[in-house]
Parts: sequence; structure tokens; C-alpha cells
Amino acid sequence: MTWIDIGALDDIPARGARVVKTAQGCVAVFRTQDDRVFALDDRCPHKGGQLSEGLVHGHRVTCPLHNWVFDLETGQAQGADEGQVATFAARIEGGRIWLDAARLLRRGAA
Amino acid sequence: MARKLVVIGAGMASGRMLEHLTETAPEAFDITLLNAEARGNYNRIMLSPVLAGDKTYDQIVTHDDAWYAARSIACRFGAPVTRIDRAAKTVISGGQTTPYDKLVIATGSAPFIIPVPGRELPGVVSFRDLDDVGTMQAAAARGGAAVVIGGGLLGLEAAAALAAQGMQVSVIHLMGHLMERQLDPAAGYLLQKELEGRGITIHCRGATKAILGADRAEAVLLEDGTIYPADLVVMAVGIRPETRLAVDAHLEVERGIVVSDQMVTSDPDILAVGECTEHQGQLFGLVAPLYDQAQVAAQVLLAEPAAFRRRQTATKLKVTGCDLFSAGDFADGEGREEIVFRDPARGIYKRLVLQGDRLIGAVMYGDTADGNWFFGLMKESADLSDMRETLIFGPAFQGGAPADPMAAVAALPDDAEICGCNGVNKGRIMAAIQGGAGTLEAVRACTKASGSCGTCSGLVEQLMAATLGEAFAAPAARPICGCTELTHEDVRRLIKARALKSMPAVMQELGWKTSCGCHVCRPALNFYLLADWPLDYRDDPQSRLVNERNHANIQKDGTYSVMPRMWGGMTNPEELRAIADAAEKFGAAVKVTGGQRIDLLGIAKADLPEIWADLNAAGMVSGHAYSKGLRTVKTCVGSDWCRFGTQDSTGLGITLEKRLWGAWTPHKVKLGVSGCPRNCAEATCKDIGVVCVDSGYQIGVGGAAGMDVKQTERLVDVASEQEAIDWIVAFVQLYREHGKYLDRPYKWVAKVGLGWVQEVLADDRRRAELVARFDLSQTIYQKDPWAARTDAATRRAWSPLADLTREAAE
Ligand code: SRM
Ligand SMILES: Cc1cc2nc3c(=O)[nH]c(=O)nc-3n(C[C@H](O)[C@H](O)[C@H](O)COP(=O)(O)OP(=O)(O)OC[C@H]3O[C@@H](n4cnc5c(N)ncnc54)[C@H](O)[C@@H]3O)c2cc1C
Ligand code: SF4
Ligand code: FES
Repeated sequence: MTWIDIGALDDIPARGARVVKTAQGCVAVFRTQDDRVFALDDRCPHKGGQLSEGLVHGHRVTCPLHNWVFDLETGQAQGADEGQVATFAARIEGGRIWLDAARLLRRGAA
Repeated sequence: MARKLVVIGAGMASGRMLEHLTETAPEAFDITLLNAEARGNYNRIMLSPVLAGDKTYDQIVTHDDAWYAARSIACRFGAPVTRIDRAAKTVISGGQTTPYDKLVIATGSAPFIIPVPGRELPGVVSFRDLDDVGTMQAAAARGGAAVVIGGGLLGLEAAAALAAQGMQVSVIHLMGHLMERQLDPAAGYLLQKELEGRGITIHCRGATKAILGADRAEAVLLEDGTIYPADLVVMAVGIRPETRLAVDAHLEVERGIVVSDQMVTSDPDILAVGECTEHQGQLFGLVAPLYDQAQVAAQVLLAEPAAFRRRQTATKLKVTGCDLFSAGDFADGEGREEIVFRDPARGIYKRLVLQGDRLIGAVMYGDTADGNWFFGLMKESADLSDMRETLIFGPAFQGGAPADPMAAVAALPDDAEICGCNGVNKGRIMAAIQGGAGTLEAVRACTKASGSCGTCSGLVEQLMAATLGEAFAAPAARPICGCTELTHEDVRRLIKARALKSMPAVMQELGWKTSCGCHVCRPALNFYLLADWPLDYRDDPQSRLVNERNHANIQKDGTYSVMPRMWGGMTNPEELRAIADAAEKFGAAVKVTGGQRIDLLGIAKADLPEIWADLNAAGMVSGHAYSKGLRTVKTCVGSDWCRFGTQDSTGLGITLEKRLWGAWTPHKVKLGVSGCPRNCAEATCKDIGVVCVDSGYQIGVGGAAGMDVKQTERLVDVASEQEAIDWIVAFVQLYREHGKYLDRPYKWVAKVGLGWVQEVLADDRRRAELVARFDLSQTIYQKDPWAARTDAATRRAWSPLADLTREAAE
């Protein structure tokens, strides 16, 4: 694991998200109502919508373009829609958000 | 040969009796109708609207000459009966003697005149018949001051009507609060506040000592020494049964003419109906039970079995804008419990009185929509133990499983009474609708439902909606989303009724099934809360969908479009230059939109604050092309340039846009203002469209030109620009207060009915209040979102949290 400090928890509004740019495309980092953080690819498998612009509810996000709903823990599309978004490990420590960038950096190096 | 029936008094009770009689057995009697008033039967209840100028006498006539002629009823109007000769079986009026086999006394009641000095002076009137109305109208035409003695139903209807006619009105009431027989002190207080708001002076605990004046009334003197100047004095302190003929004829009379269950007096050939009667020790003052008497009397005359049973009555005040309802017994007492609800801000008060598990009384002020439902529970004596907790919230909120009003009327049994005045039950109305009555008027014509005081019109319409389905477009009750069982309508009601002022409060109190809602309910709740509590609630960006949160329209590729306002479609070289510069600087595509302005497409999110700052610098603000709020106001060149233009349509469009922008609405709102009926601004397919004409402004609402195409319906025609603006602002606010989230105005108007919207807005006071509430909200929300978001913090927030591209490269 390669933990990288990407910013303060307070940089993300509760029930909101921010984006981390990587060479592989953007990662959406979500902060939920209960102050947990989740990181997912910022690309909807439907038509590429930016999940970081979606509305966050519970541990879910609704894509801003056509309202597909994804589970933040698994990246799995909910309901009748089929698709999955890649997820990344993220944790909070001392009010900072840490992202496991191993896969991102590896993908970048490859 | 037909027997002779003589009827004394052509009032509301006898009129109804004659209808029953001649419908059932047209040949049974030779009928003579004698009346003291110089006219036949009319709807006495409606004298208040006549006095207020809302109706004419012709509109309240229930039986005209043709009606009597068709039934061969001999009429003698304008001559009081002076004597009944029981031995000879005749009645004497105006020197004429009329023999009878059966006699019906229906002389109603006479106004009670308090025995104070000066009561005989000209200028002192009572409020009972059309002649009184004539006297009052003549006085009102001269202006000046009126004093109404008596703060009951009649007195207040007279006071409101006279005030509406421009008189300076004072009400003297003996008791501690108004309408004390129908209202408790709290509701009486709200009513008093309301009337005082209209400029009427209310003097409670006031005992009249004398009416002063040399040869006509000039002032009223109270026991406490207060003097009110008066060009007109209206005595409305009560009524007493008109029993003089019966007394002289030695019939049994207590306070009223004593009648049996069959409406027969102590003389078997003489019946009595109406307010002149006394039944089991009780007198009458409202029309509903009298109609039952009329039915019974008709049957008894035809030798059919029938018996009168007293029923409970409910009271409403026929003063536009004073919504009150009262029924049953609402006094405190041993073993009684009350449930009270108050909303001081909105002037709503409701109180239910229970005895055991039964409802025995209800008083409501401000919001009386559920009155009939409570009244029904009272009449059925229903066991309420299951819904005690939520009872006060009405039928829409029972046991957490809300029923929509359609389902509620659909579920009523056939014998449920819909029109209290006329005793029309659901079954009869259904039969009429199924028989082809497709409008309220048609149903009224064949059943009489809603034909008297008219307050049940809404219920009748709901029945029609439930029966005719599609034709009435009755919406099914659908919960907002999976997070709740409640509908949008219920939630809006409950947010107001229970003063829920935050998202957590709504979710907690209304039992949301999820921790923080979803993308369907949250934007709706956010809107409802900010619209209902502009001062208390703080907008929640996280409950807005992407466009409103970012103040720009997201595009398919994740870039955004930026659209500044062009007030009324007008722009200038400076603005165009700034737009051109911005387009160049940020590499935007430039498009002229369908809404008379310019769109800059393809802007990266992180660049938004900067382009906003640039456009702000040239004096431009957000065009809200992304919001559920005011979009564009399309205008044409109007009288400034066009040879056909009748008014300054461009100027009015700009004024409207400047007034309305920034306000959040249930869905987007677009306006058009055309300078003449050629309608170049396409005003007749907008949410709100104004077409200017020589005589003023035609305001239409509920147009559509998106997924549905619909022409606007005329809201009102007004003469001045100021009135046009007031009506439009008030319309928008009414939509904000009542619309369901994501219903464009045309859908909302279709649900509530244009008639209702017109009625509310036509009330000067309510219109002004709506405008005031809108303006209050604008003090919070009419802020350019761009100007508020060009700072460093926004720039950071609109940019990526971190950039790992370099790390990856290493
Ligand atoms: C830019 C514009 C098209 C154009 O290039 O002219 C436009 C663009 C969009 N319209 Fe529109 N509408 C535009 C004028 C119209 C008009 C014509 C008009 O306003 O005179 C209509 C029909 C009139 C009406 O509103 O009834 C119109 C009816 C719609 C509808 C259907 C609304 C309805 O209730 O039926 C939607 C969908 C919605 O709002 O839910 C929509 C939604 C949209 C959205 C916001 C779709 C979206 O959610 O992303 C489009 C944004 C595109 C983008 O990428 O930025 N747009 N749209 C026009 C902007 C006008 C402006 O200056 O603000
Ligand atoms: C302004 C006003 C508003 C009202 N609002 C409501 C309301 O909202 N709801 C409600 O339920 N009720 C209301 N009422 C009460 C309702 O009008 C009466 O309950 C109803 O009219 C009584 O009917 P009636 O037939 O007994 O008497 P009336 O309708 O009064 O008719 C009696 C008739 O008999 C005539 N008459 C009297 N003596 C003689 C005689 N000796 N010879 C010949 N004719 C005679 C009278 O001239 C009169 O025309 C209102 C009343 C008024 C005045
Ligand atoms: S009509 Fe409106 S919503 Fe449809 S593609 Fe064109 S701009 Fe987009
Ligand atoms: S792109 Fe996400 S739902 Fe269509």
C-alpha cells in the first residue's frame, strides 16, 4: 500500500466529494454524512459521468448525468442498472484523508 | 278536486317544501303562497355577497315567476298575513280572505332590536331581507361611518361587506370575543385581528346605551361612555322566531311555534316549518335542518310517513379571506380533552375537543380544509383511539399511511353527506355525474349540491375527479421516493403545520426510512424548506443536483456552460465585448439560445469562478440557466420601436426579470411579454405570459412549450403596469408556496384549478401578502451566485483536491 495524504477532511463537505487528479484520470473522493471517506473512479460506466458531481446519500452516490446509483463501498451499480466502478482504499487519520495510491501509481508506471 | 294549501311566508324553508311537494305530487294541492316581502323565494344566505357587491339579486333568486306559474301556484307578495281564522279555516291578508284545507306557517324570524333610545331613528337597520340590503347599499354609496351592533355571524358579514364598500366600520360586541357561540377565544382573537387588518374597529365587551341623533342616527353611545359616529347603524344582535300570527291564533307557542316530529302544530291542519318553529325545545338559525323540515312537511302533507330529526350543524363565515369553521360543542369540561395546534406566523389555529375517544367539537381558523372530515367524524361518533396522535393533521396523515383526498372521497359511503345545506349525499351526486353532469354547475343544477353557501364546492369537485378520472386528471397519491410513504403534498403540509425547519427535523419527525434521503427527496425538501422558512432555513448545496450546486450547466463531457442574464433580451456593446473576450480567453463555443441570450459552452469547472468574475466586471450576473427558478423573460421591442406596440413590453419584461430573478421555485419559470396580440415574444406558451393591449395587460399563466405544448389560460386583465407586476409576483409566490417540486406552473394550475388561483389573487389583501412574502424571501435569495463565488475559497473548492499526476510520473 502506498498511502498518500491528499488533503484535510474538512476540504470535502459532508455528503459531498472532491476530485484527485491522477495520470490515469480522476478519482472521486467522497465524504458521507457519517464522516467516512470513499474513493472511486470518477467515471460512470454508463456514459462517463463524473460521479464526484453526484448527490451523496447514505453510502451511495447518484450519477449527475442520468441518475444511476452506485454503492460507495463496492462501486456496484444499484437497482436495475448493471456496472461497477473501481474503488480505492481511503482512510482518515488526524483529520487528514489518506488515499492508497498503489494501484494508481502502478498503473501510471506501467 | 285538489285540496287547498295556503303557505304563509316565501322563505328558504317553504321554498324547499314547495319543491318537494310539486315534484312528488304536482296535482295534489291548489297552492296559494303569501309573502310579506314584495318578492318570492330567494337564497337569503347570499344576502351578504349581495351586500358586498359580489353578487346581484338576480343571481340569488331561487324561484321566479315562471316557476310558480308552471306549478299554478297563486302568489300574493308584498302583503303580510294579518290573521288566521282557525274556525273558518281562512287567512286574511291585505283585506283578502283565502280559505285553506291545510295551512303551513313559514314566517321565519325577525331581527331582535335592542330596546335602547334612538332605535327608531332613520339610519338604523337590521339585516334580514333584501330591503335591508338596499338601505345599507344606499348608505354605503354615500360613504361615511357605519356601526354594526353585534359581532356574530350576521353582524360580521355585514361589517366586512360594508367595509368592502368603502365605509368606515366599527363593530360593537357585548361579549368578550367575536362569534362566541361558534368560536373559542383563540379563534375569536385571530378573526378579530384579521378584521382589524381590514380597517374594521372591533369593540368587545361593549354595551350599547343609546343611538344618538336629532332626526336620524348620528352616533352610537356605549355604557362605558365611548361614542362612535355613525351614518348607518346595523342591528345584528340576534333573531327571534316570528310567531305573532300563531300566538293570535292560539296555537301552542313557547319561544317558537311548537311542532311535532311531523312539523304539525297544535292544530292538526296547520303545519309550520323554518325558523319560526320550536322542536323539542330547540330553535333554529341555520338552513340545513330547515331543509330537512321542509322535506318532512311535504311528505306529511302527502300523508307519507316521515319524522324530523335534528342534526348537527357546522358554521362557516362567508367573508372572503376569513377561513373559519366551527361545529359541535367545544367548551372545556370535566372528562373532555383537547388537541390544539397553532401556527402563529400563518395565523392558523385548530382545536379539537374529545370526550372519551369521540370527537365532539372542532374550531378551526386559517386552514379549514379538513373541516368536513372532522365534522363527519363527529356525526358518525367515530372511535378515534387509533388516530388520536395524528388526528389534528387531518385525513391526509393518518397512521403514517397517508390517503390522498381522492381516495378519501372515493371511500365515502353513498349516504355520506356532501352538501350540508341541502342535505345532498354522495350517492345522488354520483348519479348526477354518471348521468352526464360534467361540470360543477351541472351537478349543482340537478342535485342542488353546493347551491346554497357554496363551501362544499371543493368536495363536489373531488367527487367529480374521483368519478370522471382522467377527464378530471386526478393524480394518484405517490410517495416522493423510497425514503418515505408520504406524498409531496403531505410533506409540504407537514413542514408548515409542524414548523419543521431543517432537513434533519423533517426526516426525524416524518419518519424517513433512510439516514439522509436520496437524490429525489433531498432537492425537493431543500426547496420546500427554503420556500417556507426563508429566514430560518439555510440552503443546503449538498442537496442540490450538479447544475444548481455548481451554478452552471454540466455538459456531456463534464465541462460547463455559462450564461449571463440579458435583462428582457436587451444587451449592449460593452456586454457583447465582455462576452467575446471571455469566449476567447476560455475557448468557449458561443451560441444564441432559444431564450434571447448568449451561451458560452465548454468551460472547465475550475475556470468557472474566473469567467464569472470577468463577466461580473462588465456588470453581468448569472442567468440561472441551470436553476429551478426564473429563467428568461422574453420580450419584443414593443412601443419603443414597433409600429404596433401598445405598451412598453421590453421595459415591463426587464422590470419583471429584475424583480423575480434569484427566487427558487418548484420548477423553472419562464416569462414572455409581447407588445401586442401579434405576440412576437411567444408569451402565450410561457409559464407566465403578458400580452399588452391598448386597454392594459392580459396576463396568462400555465403555458408550456417543452415536453407538453399548451397555451396559457387567462389569469386576469389589468389596466396598469403596477397591477400586472403585483399579480405576477403574487402568482409566483403562490406557486412557490403550494407547488409540488418539479411541477411546472401549468401542472400545478391544473391541479389546484385556475379558479382557485384567481380567487386567491383577486383578494387584494392576500395578493399583497403574497407579494410581501415574496419580497421578504428575496432579501435573502436575490443575490448573484457568481459574485458570491469568485473568491479564493470557491476557486479552491471548484478545483481538484489534489493533483497526483506528478507523483505518478516519478
Ligand atoms: C441552452 C438551451 C438550448 C439552446 O441552445 O437554445 C437549452 C438547453 C437545455 N435545456 Fe432547454 N434550453 C433552452 C431553451 C429551452 C426552451 C425554449 C425557451 O425557453 O424559449 C424550452 C421549451 C420551453 C419550456 O421550457 O417549456 C426548453 C425546454 C427544456 C426542457 C423541457 C421542460 C418541460 O417542462 O417540458 C428541459 C428538461 C427539464 O427542464 O427538465 C430542458 C433542459 C435543458 C438542459 C438544461 C438539459 C440539461 O439538464 O442539461 C439543456 C442544457 C444544455 C447544456 O448543455 O447546456 N429544456 N429549453 C436554451 C436555453 C435558453 C436560455 O436562454 O435560458
Ligand atoms: C344575511 C344572512 C346570512 C345568512 N347566512 C347563513 C349561512 O351562511 N348559513 C345558514 O345556514 N344560514 C344562514 N342564514 C340564516 C338563513 O337565511 C335562515 O336560517 C333561513 O332563511 C330561514 O328560513 P325560513 O324559511 O325559516 O325563513 P325566511 O327565509 O326568513 O323566510 C320567511 C319569510 O316569511 C315572510 N313573512 C314573515 N311574516 C309574514 C307574514 N305575517 N305574512 C307573510 N309573510 C311573512 C318573510 O317576509 C320572509 O320572506 C343567514 C341569514 C341572513 C339574514
Ligand atoms: S433539446 Fe434541450 S435538452 Fe434536448 S438536446 Fe437540445 S439542448 Fe439538450
Ligand atoms: S453517465 Fe452516469 S448515469 Fe449516465
